[in-house]
Amino acid sequence: MKQNAIVEMKDLSFKYEKEWVVKDVNLSIYEGQFLGLVGPNGSGKSTLIKLMLGLSKPDVGSVQLYGESIKKFDKWEEIGFVSQKANSFNSGFPATVIEVVKSGLVSRMGTFSFFNRKHKERAMEALRTVEMEEYADTNIGELSGGQQQRVFIARALVSDPSLVILDEPTVGVDAKHVTDFYNLLGKLNKEKGITLLMVTHDIGTITDHATHVVCMNKTIHFHGHSDDYKEFSEEDLNQLYGHAVQQLSHNHDHSGVSHS
Amino acid sequence: MIESLMQYQFLQNAVITGLLIGLVAPLLGVFIVVRRLSLIADALSHITLTGIAASLLLEKRVSAINDWNPIYMGMVFSVAGAILIERLRKVYKHYEELAIPIILSGGIGLGVILISLADGFNTDLFSYLFGSVTAVDRSSVWTVLFITLGVIAIVILFYKELFVLSFDEEHASISGVSGRWIHLLFIVMVALVIASSMQVVGILLVSALMTLPVAAALRLSRSFKQTIGLSIVFGETSVITGLYSAYHLSVPPGGTIVMTAVLILIMTIMYKRMQKQFLVKGEAS
Repeated sequence: MKQNAIVEMKDLSFKYEKEWVVKDVNLSIYEGQFLGLVGPNGSGKSTLIKLMLGLSKPDVGSVQLYGESIKKFDKWEEIGFVSQKANSFNSGFPATVIEVVKSGLVSRMGTFSFFNRKHKERAMEALRTVEMEEYADTNIGELSGGQQQRVFIARALVSDPSLVILDEPTVGVDAKHVTDFYNLLGKLNKEKGITLLMVTHDIGTITDHATHVVCMNKTIHFHGHSDDYKEFSEEDLNQLYGHAVQQLSHNHDHSGVSHS
Repeated sequence: MIESLMQYQFLQNAVITGLLIGLVAPLLGVFIVVRRLSLIADALSHITLTGIAASLLLEKRVSAINDWNPIYMGMVFSVAGAILIERLRKVYKHYEELAIPIILSGGIGLGVILISLADGFNTDLFSYLFGSVTAVDRSSVWTVLFITLGVIAIVILFYKELFVLSFDEEHASISGVSGRWIHLLFIVMVALVIASSMQVVGILLVSALMTLPVAAALRLSRSFKQTIGLSIVFGETSVITGLYSAYHLSVPPGGTIVMTAVLILIMTIMYKRMQKQFLVKGEAS
């Protein structure tokens, strides 16, 4: 069976000032995958996400979403995004949880349409999925970091997307809730068939949950099943990194690459 | 005042205009404050002054435009200033707030030159700076009414887009919301409302009517809609109390309106503090 690539990145390169942050990335994401994107700090993971979503424009290469060039793409309701920024939003913003979640429906609504009871019900349903429905009328700033993160996931889910992208969603969430969080993601992937792409530097946990792992440091060093990834010992991994890096580029040091 | 209100058209004009801007200034003010653009209102009000000065000068030099209402020229300058600010924000990407002092001081600089050329400061100008109960004519009332209705319609039509843009610009972008156009539309509305408000509140105090009621509402509200509602209530209370006392004390309404808004703000801060102390005590006992 031939699977459909819902995201296709070809020869993608992006430089910030004069330094390449993302270099020659080719990556496709297929329906039903739970893809973990890992790599050390400053390895261009978040930048790659921004390029994928059209928030930054690549210097070289192209991005296709659902078979459509990113420039023409307009089916934004298919994509849910939980950004890293969700951890550092303006917490004094006067909005309730339900108002925030409803704003996730904007991509599904026409220009001159208004929120109605149906939208509210959908937002409540999304809140139930993340077990936050009792906080619907609470001010978003009054919640804990982990609770806020759940609300942002509900906002990403409310438009009924087929692809959800999460950028370091577990930063600032305490360890106890991280497990719940991964269970929730597993449920979304397996039961609802939502394709997931999650950026993280927590390599240990992601390989237990994701179906596929992509390891990047400016370029992609590993892309395959997470089981294959787990078979490597830490030493092998370091070697793989070092070896691959040496083949592709000689001009920077990767001794700081860590796998915890 | 009620009796005089029935009797004098100038008072009716001031009250109607006051009630309109008491609604529309805080309404836009909510979006301005949450987007951290409070100072934009100041910059635009100062460039409105430049427009007023230009109008007064033209009136003096060109006899054909004797009866021009300076409010229109004020609006033209204010809108032009708004568009310029947007341009400048793109030029200084990493120092977006620089656009505000550039426009603010540029506006005042040009304004001072124009005012001096128009034979200096007179009572007319004084009423534009601090507001006046007597300066509003019927044609201004109609202009402000049209602007108010237009702004309310646009805020209702684009409510969800404005909300998403204010809460999270990145999310707006991946929701397919065209931030650039909505932002331009928004800032033009702000410019028009500022020019409309100046006759009653005065140029130097317009921005207060857009921000102080919102600052007070922020202390008390949980939701965004509640913030909008309370801001309007506080805005209208400030305008009504301010106009009433300005009329009786014979002082410019700008001062009394803004001082009422300050008083409301202080009361909400104190109320919130007392509520907190009460809660702490309640938990302790």
